Amino acid sequence: MATISGTLQSIKTPNVDRLAKGLGWFSIGLGVTEVIAPGAIGKITGTRKHSVIRAYGIREIAAGIGILAAKQPGPWLWSRVAGDVMDLASIGKAASGSNRRRKGNAFSAAAVAGVTALDVWCAKKLSADANGASQYNARAEASMVVNKSPEECYAFYRDFEHLPTFMDHLESVEVTGDRTSHWVASLPKGIRMHWDAEIVSDVRNEHIAWRTLPGADVPQTGSVEFQPAPGGRGTIVRVSMDYEHPVGAVGRAFTTMIGKEPEQLLRKELRRFKQAVETGEVIRTEGQPAGRRNSTTWMDSLAR
Amino acid sequence: MKANCWQGKRNMQVEEVPDPKILNSGDAIVRITSTAICGSDLHLYNGFVPSMEAGDIVGHEFMGEVMEVGKGVKNLKVGDRVVVPFPISCGNCFFCSRQMHSLCENSNPNAWMAEKLWGHSPAGLFGYSHLLGGFAGGQAEYARVPFADVGPIKIENGFTDEQVLFLSDIFPTGYMAAEACDIQPGDTIAVWGCGPVGLFAIKSAFLLGAARVIAIDRFPERLRMAREKCGAEVINYMDADVLETLKEATGGRGPDACIDAVGMESHAAGMMYAYDRAKQAMMLESDRPIALREAIIACRNGGTVSVAGVYGGLIDKVPFGSLMNRAITIKTGQTHVQRYLKPLLARIENGEIDPSFVVTHRMKLNEAPQAYDMFLNKEDECIKVVLKP
Repeated sequence: MATISGTLQSIKTPNVDRLAKGLGWFSIGLGVTEVIAPGAIGKITGTRKHSVIRAYGIREIAAGIGILAAKQPGPWLWSRVAGDVMDLASIGKAASGSNRRRKGNAFSAAAVAGVTALDVWCAKKLSADANGASQYNARAEASMVVNKSPEECYAFYRDFEHLPTFMDHLESVEVTGDRTSHWVASLPKGIRMHWDAEIVSDVRNEHIAWRTLPGADVPQTGSVEFQPAPGGRGTIVRVSMDYEHPVGAVGRAFTTMIGKEPEQLLRKELRRFKQAVETGEVIRTEGQPAGRRNSTTWMDSLAR
Repeated sequence: MKANCWQGKRNMQVEEVPDPKILNSGDAIVRITSTAICGSDLHLYNGFVPSMEAGDIVGHEFMGEVMEVGKGVKNLKVGDRVVVPFPISCGNCFFCSRQMHSLCENSNPNAWMAEKLWGHSPAGLFGYSHLLGGFAGGQAEYARVPFADVGPIKIENGFTDEQVLFLSDIFPTGYMAAEACDIQPGDTIAVWGCGPVGLFAIKSAFLLGAARVIAIDRFPERLRMAREKCGAEVINYMDADVLETLKEATGGRGPDACIDAVGMESHAAGMMYAYDRAKQAMMLESDRPIALREAIIACRNGGTVSVAGVYGGLIDKVPFGSLMNRAITIKTGQTHVQRYLKPLLARIENGEIDPSFVVTHRMKLNEAPQAYDMFLNKEDECIKVVLKP
């Protein structure tokens, strides 16, 4: 999902995936050169044994293909790190021998050390991402400007018993402890869900983060941030959630509830939150007169 | 109660429906004493506005007496006589606090749908599709009015309904269109469409200091009203080339500002109408912008084209090159009615204008279906219908 905050993030830190791809192609390029022209490589690195260089070349090509083809390139990057160590060892061995090309040797060592650093950083980062993502299979984010101060927005949200007023599918939220609460939601087709959640982080007027406790139908972790909008124009309220999409009948009811784009549900909830905070309540048309059996239509249910 | 319900394209029916109830604490229930059919209701009638559903109560120009108020209402009490603005506005959001009430961020519960179609959502409106909130309208005996402290204006003097009813929409709409022209002394303003909004735009342009107003239509009775009641010079586009006539009338320079008071179902003499009608039928465009194109081409360099007519979706062949190269400003929007209520009521009180001049037909709410047909076909020189519940 593309969000502005995501884009800004990628400007600040190098894009890991792109770096991994670059390293993959670098591996293949270097490997092919090592296999085809071991002599030239030997001259630069100070290593004489062409068979060793060819073997390293095959190792590079394998690592490169692994990085480019694998869904999770992390392990292949770690294989590159291992290769880098072997390369450094070979270069070191050549340098300690009776070799006169010490200048080229030092240059190779520095270059390989640099590449090693990149490999390690990239591999670590990818492994961390893979561990983070493995817990949940879905994510949603949404934000909305609210014409009230972060203090007012935080206070309204932090009173969890307010949540069912703007989260239509929530039946109740009961605060059960200092950091824990019990949630009941009703899904389409009469399916109900219960879960317990705990606050994992709570910074007054800034953000609240929570996660579900073991046993939840939809395990999730989420946060809401309250960021002052520029120029005193209220607060940008930003909600993000990582969750495990349930399976079976509950999963199907859950899909009906959130629709195809889970951001839409968050946005609709945020809009009602905004109505509640700015005007005191959520505006309704359910119960108004109409020249048909129901006061509202399928379109209203879809849009809300 | 009785209410006029949209039951499909060209199918309005007055039906017995439940009475409205207070649904939010800021609501008021108004017993309607007068309600009018707007030109924009004809877009609903002709099926050009998406997201209408059978049974929707229509109508957005209404006034009456407060029967009940929610516990949060402070400015109104039972028995007050009020005119209700057609946009529903919360009074608290970014746009309301900047007096841009028709862009209220909190009054459209179906904002999601409008965002899908238009990128962002404007305010909810009475009786004007589910895209704009799905609110029951005011062609009925009673109406529920949300945010009753923000919208309705109290009428505390002896004016008749017809003198103040049009504060709900068409008078502020014509006025906002003229105000957007930033009229300077000596300006010539051209107005496409001599329906009620066009007529109020003409009157407002003069109130705001225009030297000349030239009005364009094809119905003799409307042109007559523009000339006789509003003081405009007139062009019947069936008889004359509008662009040539406007050029000639302004020494070749063009009008200083042009107002499109026609909107999405524009007519024209000749090929252009056939072209747009065909494209619309094939769903290659949703709206016919014939008057808008002409207004852009006619406008003088550096002038303003002010669009009061309603558009819904996509239009084709807009002369954007003409607009850009000649530094023309486009101003538009649903009317921020709340902003204009007090100043325009003051103009009525001062005797500067009596809005009742546009009324040509007075009928019973029961006769709404016939009234729509008559208004659509311009039968009996119909310009404005007021319905009495």
